[in-house]
Formats: sequence, C-alpha cells, structure tokens
Amino acid sequence: MQKITVNHMSFKQLNNIIRDDKEDTFDLDDVHGQRYIAAGMKNKQIKIKGIPGNALGACLDEGSKITVLNNCQDATGDTMNEGEIIVYGNCGDTAGYSMRGGKILIKGSAGYRAGIHMKAYKDEKPVLVIGDRAGSFLGEYLAGGIIIVLGLNQNGKCPVGNFCGTGMHGGKIFLRSDELPKDLPKQVVTRKANEEDIESIKDIINQFCCEFTFDKNIIFNANFYVLEPNTTLPYKQHYTAI
Amino acid sequence: MKVNLIQSEYEVIRDQSRCINCRLCEKQCSNGVNYYDKKLKVMLSEEWKCVNCHRCVAVCPTHALKIVKSDHCFKTNANWSKHDITNIFRQAQTGGVLLSSMGTPKEYPVYWDKMLINASQVTNPSIDPLREPMETRTFLGKKKLDIEYDENHNIITDTKPQMELSLPVMFSAMSYGSISYNAHKALATAAQELGTFYNTGEGGLHEDFYVYGENTIVQVASGRFGVHPTYLDAGKAIEIKMGQGAKPGIGGHLPGRKITKEVSKTRMIPQGSDAISPAPHHDIYSIEDLRQLVYMLKETTNYKKPIIVKIAAVHNVGAIASGIARCGADIIAIDGFRGGTGAAPLRIRDNVGIPVELALAAVDKRLREEGIRNEVSLVVGGTIRSSADVVKAIALGADAVYIATSALIALGCHLCRSCHLGKCNWGIATQIKELEDRLDPEEGAKNLVNLISAWKREIKEMMGGMGINSIEALKGNRLMLRGIGLSEKELEILGIEHAGE
Ligand code: SF4
Ligand code: SF4
Repeated sequence: MQKITVNHMSFKQLNNIIRDDKEDTFDLDDVHGQRYIAAGMKNKQIKIKGIPGNALGACLDEGSKITVLNNCQDATGDTMNEGEIIVYGNCGDTAGYSMRGGKILIKGSAGYRAGIHMKAYKDEKPVLVIGDRAGSFLGEYLAGGIIIVLGLNQNGKCPVGNFCGTGMHGGKIFLRSDELPKDLPKQVVTRKANEEDIESIKDIINQFCCEFTFDKNIIFNANFYVLEPNTTLPYKQHYTAI
Repeated sequence: MKVNLIQSEYEVIRDQSRCINCRLCEKQCSNGVNYYDKKLKVMLSEEWKCVNCHRCVAVCPTHALKIVKSDHCFKTNANWSKHDITNIFRQAQTGGVLLSSMGTPKEYPVYWDKMLINASQVTNPSIDPLREPMETRTFLGKKKLDIEYDENHNIITDTKPQMELSLPVMFSAMSYGSISYNAHKALATAAQELGTFYNTGEGGLHEDFYVYGENTIVQVASGRFGVHPTYLDAGKAIEIKMGQGAKPGIGGHLPGRKITKEVSKTRMIPQGSDAISPAPHHDIYSIEDLRQLVYMLKETTNYKKPIIVKIAAVHNVGAIASGIARCGADIIAIDGFRGGTGAAPLRIRDNVGIPVELALAAVDKRLREEGIRNEVSLVVGGTIRSSADVVKAIALGADAVYIATSALIALGCHLCRSCHLGKCNWGIATQIKELEDRLDPEEGAKNLVNLISAWKREIKEMMGGMGINSIEALKGNRLMLRGIGLSEKELEILGIEHAGE
C-alpha cells in the first residue's frame, strides 16, 4: 500500500503518481479539493481522507474502488463506467452524472441533479444509493440503472427535492418514504415496492449496510416507492415532418 | 369528403415512349411513389410522396424519368409564400413542431461568394504547383509562442498534443445512427487514406472502426452515449459537442426505432430505447464548468489528446470563443448556421445562429486582440462547398475546415432534406439494411478520396497563384481577400477591404 500526503499537490501530479505507480492500493491523506482523482483508472483501490474535488472517479473503470471518509464535491463518478465509489459523508451536485456502470454509495445526502442521465447497457447497470436525502432534479433524464434514496433521517418524509424524475425514460428510482414527491411529471408512474422489487435491491442494501454499519432490518422495515417511466405516455415532442 | 390541402411540390415526369415497364423505379423508391398499373399496363406515380431524391432518375435504364418542380401555385402573393401557407396547413392539421433536415435552404447571404481571392501579377511571382513543392500539411493544437531552450541550449520540442492533417480539411461529426454503417466506413477509410480525420459524432464508435483510431475524432455530447475510457482513448482527439450550427441551443433525439441492434451496441443503450441528448450538458453552466469537463477528459486520457470544443455560430461568438480558449481547450470548432443535420426543428434550422464566415472573422480577431490566438486552433464548418471556400476560410483565419454535406454529396446524397424520415434512398441517412446496401463503402471511400484530392490540387493552384507555397502562410492572411458588394459594416466584421481597394 502506498501512503500519500496530498496537501497542496496538483491534481495532475497526484493522478500521475496513482496511474504510474506499480502499487494498486493507495491511502490519500490530507486531500484538499484535488479534482479528477483516479479519472478513467482501472484496478486502483483508493482511500481518501480530506475532501476530494469535483469529478472524483470520473470515467472510473473496472476493478477500481474509491472510499471517501469525508464529504465529496460535485460530479462524483461523472460518466463512470465500472467500479465503486463509497462516500461516508455527503456529495455535492450531479453525483453519478451519466454513469453507465458501477456503484456509488453515499452514506449522507446528495445535492442537485444526482443520477442525472444514468443509463444501462446489457449487464452494465449503474447503481446510486443515497443514504439520507437528494436535492432537486434527482434522476432527471434517467435512461437506465437504479437510484435508491433511503431517507434515513427523514422519518418517512419525502427524501427528494423538486422535479424528481423529469425527463425520465428508463431505469428505476426507489424512495424509502411514506410519501411521494408532490410534483412528479405524468410521464413517471409510481407504485409501492413489491417483494420482487425489494428482492432486486437486497444485495445492494446489504452492501450499503455492511459498508456503513447499518441494520438492514431497520432499512427494510419501512415503505418503499418505485418510480418508473410511463411507457404508455413517453416524453415525446410531437413532430410534423415536411 | 377528404380534402387535400397540401399538394405535391414535385412531379415525376415519365416519358412513356421510353419507359419499358422494368419497374426498377418502383423497387428503388423507398417512398413508394412509383407503381405499375396492371389494367393500363403503364408505370404511374403518386408524386405527392416524392421527396425529389433522384434515385429513380439515376437508375432508370432508358432515361425515361425526370423530376420537375410543380407549377401548381397559389394566387401570387409577395408576403405569403407557398411554404408559409402549406406549413400553416400542416401545423393546423397536426399540432406538431415542423421537422426537417440538412442545412437551411433559405436565401441568406453566403459570404464565401462575396469574397474574391488575390493572385500575383508582375511583382510577386506566382508559383507553379506542378513543378515546385507546395505544403498543405497543417497541425492543430496549442502552439507555443516562444522558443524555449533546455540547459544544453537545445530547443525544447515537446509541444502539447497535435493533430497532423495532410490538408486542412476534415470530415465533421455525423453519428452512427443518424447515418449508416457503410457511410461511416466510407468516411473512416477515406480519412485514413487522405491523412486526415473523420468524427464519430455523438453515437459512440462501432467496434469495427477502432482500427481507424489514428484518423478518428471521438465526440462527447450531453447524452454521453457510448463514452467510456477505451472509447476516449481510441481516437486521436476528443470533441466536446456544445452546439451544432443547424440547431443551436437544442439537443437531439434519436427515436427508438432507429436504435437497431448494431446502433444499440455503439450507443450502449438497449435496442429500441430512445436516445435523448439534452440541450445543455447538465454539468456545464459556465466556462469554469466547461473547464472541468475539458480537464476531466484530459486526465482520463493522460493529456495525450487535444480537446476540441464545438459550438454553434451565434451572437457574441467572439466572447464565447475567448472563454473556451481560456478553459484549456486545444481546438475550437465553429459550426455555421447553414450546416447540415440529420433532423432539426425547421424554425430553428432556418432562423437561429449566424453565418460561419462572420463568426470566424469575429473569433479570429477577438483571440488575436487578446493575445491568445496561439492557445487554440480554429476549425470551421457549415457549408464549405468547394476548395475555394476552404482557401477563403483559411485566409480569414481558420486553421482547418470541417465538411459534412459535401462529403455526403460525394457519397451520393442529393440534398432531398429528408434524412429525418430514415428512408434515404442513397443508403446514407438510414438504418434499413436493404437501403444501406446501396452504398458500397469502398466505392464511397474512393469518391471521397477523389473529391478531397481534387480540392487539394485546386488549393495548391490557388495558393501558387497568390505566390504562397505553404498553407501556414495563407492562415489569417486577409490581405488575400477582397469583398464584393458588401457594406462597410460587413467589410469591417470580415476585416477585409473591398475589391478595387
Ligand atoms: S422519392 Fe426519389 S426515388 Fe422516389 S420517385 Fe421521388 S425522386 Fe424518384
Ligand atoms: S442523406 Fe439521403 S435523405 Fe439525407 S438529404 Fe441526402 S439523399 Fe436525402
């Protein structure tokens, strides 16, 4: 394992070390907002203390795992391909933007536009789990994958902001909540999660509970809503060809 | 009683004395215009379905066909054209947004045609390109302003990543999905043979085309389709698509029916699902945010690829380009409003944006004034129709041009502006196997190579005429241009003098 005290090192220098080092496991200490940490990298295990900057793990690739012990800034896991990002704190805006594979688990909350335009392809199914609450525009333009918001400190209140699922045309959003967002567009259909739904997220929730030491029974002992695109009423601009 | 408000614009004229009833025109028309009337024993046409693509005309073995503009007309009116009236009929009947394709057919000024090129007489001898070497090779990317030396007094030659072009012409972005596999293959092979580049567009890269990586620009657009580290690494450069000349300010929507099995593989979304590219990149709300994406791509590819930022030519383009030059981009591509598209709302295509000539002149001037012209190369597109347009663009300040419509015409496109229907009779803008097969990628590539090689010869001749033997000496050499029939203001923006001055 390679220990690096990052301090005021430039992101370029830091990434060069991580990329070129024969070592695959890194402990980064005293991280001060360095952007793009591990962007596009394969098979790197990175533990981060301090605050990583924007676009942490952007385009992250197979076999990589990033664990952040504090908060993250914006665009965590932007266009992520594979791998895992585990955040013990909160995330800023656009976490998981356009991710196609891999997992992001956030113990705390996420800002605006989390999981926007996530998409799935074959066995690549991105997963974004937010422990507490998400800001507005959660899952906007969602095309595939799964977003789960657990609302752990919300006492059953709706754990998302405004405009949740706007433009959603694929994928699934799970909300652990007693109430639904009040402003869902008519292109999103909702229902209470059935056994099959719960079964489909069991492994993910188990991992979440292991990572952050939660009791999974408490998590499952609550109501889950599922949000899906309405296939009979898709988002469609009505065109007249000339 | 059914009332037909929209009459056909074109008529299929068949010389019955030549027609041998071979029914080829029937088979070749994907719009189902031509049919054989068994009773009358003649070929007839339902001309209201005709898009005027000339496929039937081109395949008719006896030259029996021609397409003419119908002389059916409304009562003469200087304010209300036939188009205005029929489009109101269309929208009143359907309530839909009008959709069309390719570049605007409207009569806006084409400034290329209002600029004339210089030639040497007496004082500065012209050069004969057949006898003397002529350099059309050019490099795109950031350029150093000063020569730097290392401790042993050797010149430091490591530059920021560059693209080497054998001539300043590249094929601009057209996604696989909007155009066919064979069209992509023709563009890729031609780019390789010519020593230039083609551009994947925003649909990802088909696995068969990774071998053309050295001649490929991979695009990243707001939908991020098919974008992953291997894709980013596959090309020689990465283009961030912020805008497109034909539809500035709006995104794209490839309907599920065009996401065939193969297209689904490269876009990396399930077959039959809609591919929506939102209008903006949702992580870009400022130049700082654009910088974040530029550096994210640089970090992901370890600074080996120049990053192109493509924008539509719009008002204030000078200030926008200045911001882009300062955000770390290596190349700015500006797409003029006459540029083509596979589908765009008609009103946007015909009314939004500005001509690329004015945008180019404004951007080049602004970057020079700010002392940052060396920070970026400039590539322009949006109706580059000939080698003369290329020469004028370079003299006006471009480092290279992007062509797409010209390239498609070389592949057989007849500019019927019906790409959005997905039934291109020339096998270009379609995913229907039987139509796609009409385009032979080898022959297509040969035509492209012919076209660009011919342009190269013409460019050399025009350069030679000016007494210039290297394209670098033509760059931004506005003294080689004179305006014709332009106002003071237009000349001022273009930064050229009037003919006769
Ligand atoms: S659409 Fe094309 S092929 Fe069909 S009749 Fe018209 S010109 Fe001929
Ligand atoms: S690509 Fe095909 S459909 Fe589009 S304008 Fe050209 S000929 Fe017509």
